Amino acid sequence: MPRLTLKGLSKSYGPVKVVDNVDLTLQEGEFVCLLGPSGCGKTTTLRMIAGFVEPTEGSISMDGEVFSAPGAVLPPERRRMSMIFQSYAIWPNMTVAENVAFGLKLQKLSSADVRDRVAQILKVVQMSHLADRYPAELSGGQQQRVALARAIVVKPAVLLLDEPLSNLDANLREEMRFEIRRLHDEFRITTVYVTHDQSEAMATADRIAVMNAGRIEQVDAPHLIYARPRTRFVAAFIGRTNLLAGHVANGEIGLDGFALPTAQLGEAVPDSARPILLSVRPQSMALHRSRPQAHDGRPVLSAVVAQRTYLGESWDYVVHPQQSGLQLRVTAPPLQVHEVGEAVWLEIDPQQIAVVA
Amino acid sequence: MTETAAILPKAAAEEARRPAWLRRLRYLEPSNLLWILLVAALLFLVAVPIGKLLIVSFEQQGTGAFTLSNYATAYGRARYLEALANSLMLGALSSLLSVIFAVPMAWAVSRTDMPGKGFTWAIVMGAFIMPPYLGAVGWILLAGPNSGFLNQAWTWLTGLQAPLVNVYTFFGLALVIALHSFPLIFIFVKSALDLVSSEMEDAANILGAGTSTAMRKITLPLVWPAILGGIIVVFLETVALFGTPAIIGIPARINVVTTQLWQFFEYPVRVEVAAAYAMPLLLITVGMITVQKLLLARKGFVSQTGKGGERRPIKLGRWRWAVLGYCGFVGALAVVMPLMVLLQASFAKAWGRGLAWSNLTFENYAYLLFRHEMALTSIWNTLWFSAAAATAAVCIAVLVAYIVARKLVPFGSALAFLAMAPFVIPGIVMAIGFYAAYAAPPIALYGTALIIILAFTARFLPIAFANSAAAVRAVHPEMEEAARILGGGRLRTIARITAPLIIRSLIGGWLIVFIVASRELSAAVFLVGPRTRTMAVLLYDLSEAGNFEVLAAFGGLLLALTLILVAIGMKLAGRDFMLRRN
Ligand SMILES: Nc1ncnc2c1ncn2[C@@H]1O[C@H](COP(=O)(O)OP(=O)(O)OP(=O)(O)O)[C@@H](O)[C@H]1O
Ligand SMILES: [Mg+2]
Repeated sequence: MPRLTLKGLSKSYGPVKVVDNVDLTLQEGEFVCLLGPSGCGKTTTLRMIAGFVEPTEGSISMDGEVFSAPGAVLPPERRRMSMIFQSYAIWPNMTVAENVAFGLKLQKLSSADVRDRVAQILKVVQMSHLADRYPAELSGGQQQRVALARAIVVKPAVLLLDEPLSNLDANLREEMRFEIRRLHDEFRITTVYVTHDQSEAMATADRIAVMNAGRIEQVDAPHLIYARPRTRFVAAFIGRTNLLAGHVANGEIGLDGFALPTAQLGEAVPDSARPILLSVRPQSMALHRSRPQAHDGRPVLSAVVAQRTYLGESWDYVVHPQQSGLQLRVTAPPLQVHEVGEAVWLEIDPQQIAVVA
Repeated sequence: MTETAAILPKAAAEEARRPAWLRRLRYLEPSNLLWILLVAALLFLVAVPIGKLLIVSFEQQGTGAFTLSNYATAYGRARYLEALANSLMLGALSSLLSVIFAVPMAWAVSRTDMPGKGFTWAIVMGAFIMPPYLGAVGWILLAGPNSGFLNQAWTWLTGLQAPLVNVYTFFGLALVIALHSFPLIFIFVKSALDLVSSEMEDAANILGAGTSTAMRKITLPLVWPAILGGIIVVFLETVALFGTPAIIGIPARINVVTTQLWQFFEYPVRVEVAAAYAMPLLLITVGMITVQKLLLARKGFVSQTGKGGERRPIKLGRWRWAVLGYCGFVGALAVVMPLMVLLQASFAKAWGRGLAWSNLTFENYAYLLFRHEMALTSIWNTLWFSAAAATAAVCIAVLVAYIVARKLVPFGSALAFLAMAPFVIPGIVMAIGFYAAYAAPPIALYGTALIIILAFTARFLPIAFANSAAAVRAVHPEMEEAARILGGGRLRTIARITAPLIIRSLIGGWLIVFIVASRELSAAVFLVGPRTRTMAVLLYDLSEAGNFEVLAAFGGLLLALTLILVAIGMKLAGRDFMLRRN
């Protein structure tokens, strides 16, 4: 039985539907990221799971029991979940140890148990030496660790995190990203993690649910979200890509100025005549000075460099295939330098092309 | 983990099986009931008295029939209209004088390297906490036309018989009022100046403006709304002030609105006429506060400049002593001189005989503390009325603030509006409203402690609300949510998380209400009965009797009480807890 199930979940504020018919299922021990641009309804979804917001349609159930439905919301304190907030919400009137002990005391554990569990979790998050400090005396990263300890120590059925790293500086963010994943590998708590940062989602999640305008567009493992986006939004939102509109007919995909045999693509394309949208990542194309050996019958086009930007790790070229209105972004290694206006050969790897729609 | 998680949702399943209405009831928060209670309390405290005031102004005495005759009476005599004009002129003159006192001091403290800033703060604080009617008594002792100390010294120095200064004049009255109102402008202007960064002036300098041009073109326009806001507040305070105009104005035959209202309450009491006569006061206050809000809400002024960059004090050179001298001069007029003569008089057999061992006595204090029939009672009354009102105001205010901030009920802003409404109602108008609504049967609260406590509660509710709202806003909702998701119910969360986080500010707010209530005269004077006199009212009674030694001693007692309270407040809530701008 799945641990957490969202079924047809919606939330409207007045006429505005900020969460729209969301379906999502988490297995026990799974780590799912809700990823999407600002204002797409991630926080609202998370707060509905926590019981702070009542859904206007649909339901949330845990282990098969309905926790939230319109008109009937089990209060947050009875859900056995815990949550980490964007502001950390560390109580400034309590020491680190008291903060962490709060949830345990509410569970009426004996004080010896409380002490042991607090000491144990503080060791896990490397905060033992600061147990008697007050939050005002801690750095941002340390407060973050306290928030983590406080949420994990109660062994919640579900752990919810709302952009927990967005207030940290870049280096610390990377460090804490691995810390969160390490804690998940250690405790295997079912986790919903909200973020708008895709690299954060990629690094931590088992599966990513990409949200846009209140809807979930796609739920998949991180590498599939990247390599096999299923909607135009996902393809454009995750990484950078070239979106090409074409038409399927007679075993070929007709694109602006050239055609691809459907058999060359990495995934099956039903052979009925219809429009199609392809996502071609800049990394799945290469530039050459002279016409390359077309191995495996890969498409090779002659093109002109229209723009270039040096990004440090790579070049970002915009090229213009001849007899085509397309503008394609192509990534090349730092030492492969082409001038603007130079004629080049463009080689495409069809295996990496994703059929978006 | 698995076993705990598995036990739990059973509860939810049971919940889900219950009928829908029962589930709703189960999830209903007690806040809805509380909301109804609060609305009732606020209506009782704020809406009913003001509504009643309006109604009564159109009623015939005795019959209750509709009539306009109250208005005809109230505005039908030249003497009454003159009082109205006097009030307006008095307001204008004392705000002008307050600006002259306050703006240079604020600028010196905020922007310059003047020495003795702590001393200047002490002056402002002293002028602020000294009850204005005490200052008035002090100035009668200083500048009474014949025996005032200043005039005696003048005669002694020059041999001239004509008095140098006379407090019983229009200007004298305005000056005494301004000497206790200028701290309001000081606070406004100083906090505005504190936000002007030196970089703004530097930016003008780099474009070729000299120091004084930069001040005229940049600094002054930036704080101008603050000055104007301060002027409005002082104007309104003056127009609504009762004590000083009664103590100085009545002997000087200067009639103003508040003293005229007082006369309508002399036997036979004419509440209807008083209600009609109070309307301009109410309308002016509502109107000017609206203007002030609009002024301060406009974009592009100091509040919008954000965290300005570095601030460097302007070097005054030799002038800094002159500026300090000016601050000292204001301090002498406002605090030091009145206090000295009051203290001297309180320990004197006859205050006119000056400082001499033969003139020293503790008899005045002894008389008040051991033989006067009302003095001790009034001290006790003051303490417990103020404590009760402060407690009630803070309780109502914090509940309203919490419900509004957490959006626990629909139309929460209506609650906030009612809680803030007394802000635009002058104390004396509030008192007449309470008199009209609750003095007579069926409620018949006249002469009881309750009516005074309720009036104080209503009058100072906005102070308590502003304070509580700030305190609640400072607690991030996630602080509470973090406790709830870990298993704490709403009440437990409030008790364990919210309350400890806001309690200090609430104590600060409680003390402010307690202090202002303990010296409140205008709201009390209309509502006290023979046994419910407060210190402020008794002090006014004593001033009418004209025994200045006993009066000064009683003022000394009141001041001692205030000082103790302020000291406690500073200890608990910080040095400037009374001067913070909300
Ligand atoms: N209480 C509310 N009343 C009205 N609208 C709301 C309320 N809460 C959220 N919204 C709206 O719902 C939309 C989604 O908000 P939400 O906070 O869930 O976005 P988010 O995905 O978490 O964005 P961010 O990344 O900026 O945190 C926003 O447009 C927001 O303005
Ligand atoms: Mg959010």
